[in-house]
Amino acid sequence: MPTKIEKDALTGTETTGHEWDGLKELNTPLPKWWLYVLYACIAFSAVYVMFYPAFPIRGATGITGWVAREAIVEDLRAQQSQMAPMLARIRAASPAEIAVDPALRGFAMAGGRIAFANNCAGCHGAGGQGATGGFPSLADDDWIWGGTHDAIRHTILHGVRGGESDEERVSMMPRFLADGVLTLPQINDTTEYVLGLTNRSTDAAATARGETLYAENCGACHGEIGEGNRDVGAPRLNDQVWLFGADKAAIAAYIANPRMNVMPAWGQRLDAAVVNMLAVYVHALGGGEN
Amino acid sequence: MSTVQKPAQMRPAGVPPAPPPPLYADRQKVYPKAVSGPVRRAKWAALVLLLALYYIVPWIRWDRGPNAPNQAVLVDITNGRLFFFFFEIWPQEVYFLTGILVLGAVGLFAATSLFGRIWCGFTCPQTVWTDLFMWVERLIQGDRNERMRLDKGPWTSDKIRKKALTHAAWLGIAMATGGAWIMYFQDAPTVTVELLTGSAGLETYFFFALFTGTTYLLAGWAREQVCTYMCPWPRFQAAMLDENSLVVSYRDWRGEPRGKLKVEGIGDCIDCSACVTVCPTGIDIRDGQQLECIGCGLCVDACDDVMAKIGRPKGLIAFETLANIATSAAATRDMPPGPARDARGMEVRHIPKFIRPRTILYGAMLGAVLAVMVGAWLLRETTTLSVIRDRAPLFVSLSDGGVRNGFTLKIANKLRNTDALTLSLHAELPLQLVVQEAQPAGPNAWRVTTRADGITEWRALVTLPPGHRSRESAHVTFRLTDAQGQVVVTERSVFLGPEREEQYHGRR
Repeated sequence: MPTKIEKDALTGTETTGHEWDGLKELNTPLPKWWLYVLYACIAFSAVYVMFYPAFPIRGATGITGWVAREAIVEDLRAQQSQMAPMLARIRAASPAEIAVDPALRGFAMAGGRIAFANNCAGCHGAGGQGATGGFPSLADDDWIWGGTHDAIRHTILHGVRGGESDEERVSMMPRFLADGVLTLPQINDTTEYVLGLTNRSTDAAATARGETLYAENCGACHGEIGEGNRDVGAPRLNDQVWLFGADKAAIAAYIANPRMNVMPAWGQRLDAAVVNMLAVYVHALGGGEN
Repeated sequence: MSTVQKPAQMRPAGVPPAPPPPLYADRQKVYPKAVSGPVRRAKWAALVLLLALYYIVPWIRWDRGPNAPNQAVLVDITNGRLFFFFFEIWPQEVYFLTGILVLGAVGLFAATSLFGRIWCGFTCPQTVWTDLFMWVERLIQGDRNERMRLDKGPWTSDKIRKKALTHAAWLGIAMATGGAWIMYFQDAPTVTVELLTGSAGLETYFFFALFTGTTYLLAGWAREQVCTYMCPWPRFQAAMLDENSLVVSYRDWRGEPRGKLKVEGIGDCIDCSACVTVCPTGIDIRDGQQLECIGCGLCVDACDDVMAKIGRPKGLIAFETLANIATSAAATRDMPPGPARDARGMEVRHIPKFIRPRTILYGAMLGAVLAVMVGAWLLRETTTLSVIRDRAPLFVSLSDGGVRNGFTLKIANKLRNTDALTLSLHAELPLQLVVQEAQPAGPNAWRVTTRADGITEWRALVTLPPGHRSRESAHVTFRLTDAQGQVVVTERSVFLGPEREEQYHGRR
């Protein structure tokens, strides 16, 4: 509450009556033009509200019909028509052809990065690093269905075990314990043999017993020495990359009751050009084969 | 709101309460009178020089070879380049611009501590354009008295003609100002043709209109209101000034007591108001230092004129230090007005102390910032290498037990020629480098090319073969060498692998 209004000796102006540690404030009148600037701003806002869809109701438009959403749609359309010729070339070429053409490759890598983040990263990780539990790394050199441009493109187009395409990648590993094919001790022996493929067996007798079991039950798909078979999507067992975990418990659990993960057929969801860009991008993550 | 009702008993009976002070004040229009003299001539010289610089600089050409703008001074926002004669910087080197702004600020502090508000009075764009607009106004409407008469008089056809002509001329200057501003951001000849033929972009016209409008408003209408109410500089310039700064001052020890010329026993000030009528901010310098004074010194010229006419020495109002005013005042306190007092007061003055802790500090700051900037410019690399290691995944375990890291390498070439360079990797570990889309050039070395005035991006895969794992993280160095084998630039990064116990068993 201002209490001590007084006239300032030097300026002849009254003070506001406020005082802070001896400092007093002059009650200088505001220049009138300043007030007019405020009025001008109010007038401007009145006009602005009419032209801009300012009222928060559904379907609000400015008096000229301008809507922000439509402006964005127009921007997107303009961008798409700008990209159209490049996308047409990418659609017509094979991923291997795109990879060796600098202009196409640059475009495909940029587009592939976005498409990968939108569609693939959820399972395969932001940089294609994969995740234990059946989401393969796309950055390493280990491929279940093949790592050439064409093989990658085929897998993206038709998916894995999704039941969406006639040309899908499909394989089925028996549930050795759940379906009663092997007994628990036999699974232990087979596991020891599989560990032995990477010199990690700790039980020589079990490994010896497992050799026959492996040959009878596993070798047909995974190969005699665990080299795998891409035609049937049987992963290599004699390398250091394990989809569902590398230790004995994880391997035994998988033999007993395997999980068959699926991947959608992206050819039915994405434009052919986008699939080509994805194939080029995934191939370039580091593991691409020629 | 602005006042309180005082208790009735504190007021004598029958005296009505004082009306509250007005909330808003009309602007008192200032009609500065024309003046001539050395300060005015200096101001004209500064005006001509600065305006000439402003309008001519965008037209200076500077050959930078093909595919580069040939405008000496250009802020190319679209392409993210700033050109200043031989100087060209990229957006990531904006600290050079920051340095120039710091230099400008410290230079302003230094000038103010030495000479008062000489920036405000002589070189500030607001002052320069206001001066120009006032000159136009005076040319069309006449000097102070004629303008006051014109404004008071009825709207005759002559008044309408004069006013219209004035505003048309102002708008013309304002458009030239707005147009020249655009030229610092686009090629001057091109954008001039575009502006005149109506083919420039919408943004160009927007900024053209913006700077035209602000010039017209600020120099034509707002004038001293900008300095008094809008500009923050007058608010804190007092912190740079002290009693040894040369500021526009009234030598009150000589002028007082003021009075009519013929009266006996008065000082040199004859109260003719010449200093008040020429002031562009409408103040009375005889009231002492004040916020509104922009230090333009026109009152010095006006007063000197009068002193010459009445046969007294010049310099009643002068660029003078407050210390000298105090010294002169002390020495002449007991003397009667007259030539003896004038002489005595001038005699005891000292040469202004230009070297003081404050000015030494500002000088040192100027020197330090300048040295840092020159150093930064001399050490500036024209080819730079950025190594961005993959964050997802940090590393990739390979089927044979090896480990691989991915890197994105960006080579920026700030020159306007392309170069074939060799990219090599150096580390204690036996790492193998593969650069995608590059040609091999020896062991762990790849041929990469740069782009003229641009960035090329390369993807490098660095693999550690199985059986060599010794630690979880190791330093690696990427090196770019030119055709002669000279090292162009080196950049360090790290190679990461799994923790040791995890190494054999793979990731869980």
